[in-house]
Amino acid sequence: MKRKRFPWLEIVLLILVLTLVGILVNNLAVNLIRTGLGLSFEWLWQPAGFALSEHTLPYQPGDSTAWALLVSWLNSLRVIACSIVLATVLGVGAGAARRSLNPLLRQLAALYVGLIRQIPLLLQLLFWYFVAFLGLPSEPMAPVGALISLSNQGVAILGLNLSVEFSAVLVGLSVFTGAAIAEVVRGGLDSVPKGQWEAFRSLGISELLGLKKVVLPQALPAILPALSSQYLNLAKNSTLAIAVGFADLYAVSDTAITQTGRAIEGFLILLLSFLALNLLINGGMQVLNRIVVRPAQRT
Amino acid sequence: MTKRRSLISLLSACLAISACATLGDGDASRVDLIRKRGELRCGVSGKIPGFSFLQRDGSYAGLDVDLCKAFAAAIIDDPSKVQYRPLTAPERFTALKTGEIDLLSRNTTFNLSRDAAGGNGVSFAPVVFHDGQGLLVQRNSGIRSLKDLKGQSICVGSGTTTEQNLNDAFQSLGLPYKPIKYQDLNQVVAGYLQGRCQAMTSDRSQLASARSGFERPEQHVILGDILSKEPLAPLSSGGDQQLSDAMRWVVYAVITAEEMGITQANVDNKLQEAQNNPDLTKLRRFLGVGGDLKKKLGLSNDFVVNVIRATGNYGEIYNRHLGPDSAVPIPRGLNQLHRDGGVITAPPFQ
Repeated sequence: MKRKRFPWLEIVLLILVLTLVGILVNNLAVNLIRTGLGLSFEWLWQPAGFALSEHTLPYQPGDSTAWALLVSWLNSLRVIACSIVLATVLGVGAGAARRSLNPLLRQLAALYVGLIRQIPLLLQLLFWYFVAFLGLPSEPMAPVGALISLSNQGVAILGLNLSVEFSAVLVGLSVFTGAAIAEVVRGGLDSVPKGQWEAFRSLGISELLGLKKVVLPQALPAILPALSSQYLNLAKNSTLAIAVGFADLYAVSDTAITQTGRAIEGFLILLLSFLALNLLINGGMQVLNRIVVRPAQRT
Repeated sequence: MTKRRSLISLLSACLAISACATLGDGDASRVDLIRKRGELRCGVSGKIPGFSFLQRDGSYAGLDVDLCKAFAAAIIDDPSKVQYRPLTAPERFTALKTGEIDLLSRNTTFNLSRDAAGGNGVSFAPVVFHDGQGLLVQRNSGIRSLKDLKGQSICVGSGTTTEQNLNDAFQSLGLPYKPIKYQDLNQVVAGYLQGRCQAMTSDRSQLASARSGFERPEQHVILGDILSKEPLAPLSSGGDQQLSDAMRWVVYAVITAEEMGITQANVDNKLQEAQNNPDLTKLRRFLGVGGDLKKKLGLSNDFVVNVIRATGNYGEIYNRHLGPDSAVPIPRGLNQLHRDGGVITAPPFQ
């Protein structure tokens, strides 16, 4: 333990940081006035004047811009929630497969993770959309009977209709994040002492059951924090949806900003919306953490 | 460790502060700043053949680009001293407002909300291309007019007036439709060609220029319906009269030159003629022989000569990039001189 001294360094740093923040805020204010922009949010209540290709709540072009933003926020939320579920399934599956006894499964999982992690997400989204989904024939085809119908006008799974834009973003985000989650899961599994694996295998417990009852409960504390950061990444990456024509929050704010010229207000709203979204995810993960990890640690 | 970390934060703080330090050039006109810098920063699209398009050799070419050259020739006497900044539609006004570029010459539609002080507050030069929004469909699709597109998907680019016009047109006819919105024109084209949409919409000039790059251009037709007036004009940030006047009269200069039959090839002869013959008063005034007319603009008295030497007159600029022998032939239509039945005209240089 070092001798306590007066915290000169900390005080100087604090002053510097505060000055910096002050300069930035002042800059913003001065420049807003100089360019005659001044903050105003009245445009939110004007009619939006543009249609949306998909919406879960009723929406007309005559509705307010604020409503259009809310509807598109729900679009974002929908694709993010679905992607999180799908990515988790993919990721846990691939992560567990990398520690499987089956060499083929191990190789396939390694190939998936290796390939997907090397390619930028934007490129993958463009691939899924322009090549995979829009490459489908325009007449619906049904490879598995009535379960799934695929065409470049839309996808239907068990009677649930999805647009090709939604499907491309869903698949793109899930496959990409799934690969990252696979690594997180593998790391978590590796953190469990080898003896635990050998123990359940020597007892003749099946791989799947052993994973579920013995290894995963011990691996979860290592997995969850990294997992929630992957979920947050997924949420933020969803803004790339604009590249493939999905009407998410970012795409719609982009239109609203150009039609009104209110860039700073638009970005403020975007910032706050994503903050809200990520706090939601973070909160959910913390609840999960409390439910899953604590009891596991106690045993 | 603590010491090193504080050093790094100190350093980054200094960097951040110095980055903010290039603000506030007072009330001086941007024209002086451009002269001092010796270079014009011109915002263009870079993705629209015929208007501004990146060439194989890395230079830009097109009608919008030639106007940047004309402005540079007028302000700093050198058409080559232009730095082109490719901008997307949503970026352009912010780039202009923050002073990252001096002016914008990028297929921008002149309308009230952009011009007004309570809107974007920019200042438009005269219209250099009268365009209108149209729809491109497959020739064999059986679609002949807007009504045939009821309930169909239409590919559209984001961040433009295009989206709003599309909505206005369909809403007024009570027709439902589905906009599939992409961020830029290349994606709109890809979505359309892949069959996601039954039609794509943009300014008719852009449709023509996009179609010129298709594998089989003849299989696509531009519908006769015109959804909007799209007068395209260069613009500067508002509140700088010297710059906006200079831009206005450079555009009028290339138009007047066409009216007077002055071309890139004969401008020097015309100049000599004007110098030798004091009776050609109109020509002398226009080319800046004697008098001090152009000084009122804060430009050199012979800026017109510099501009015509650099780019030629309006007709020459148009034909170079959009004429029948160019890669993107667009009939001149409204963009003919007034005396030829179009709407292009200029006030007198007096």
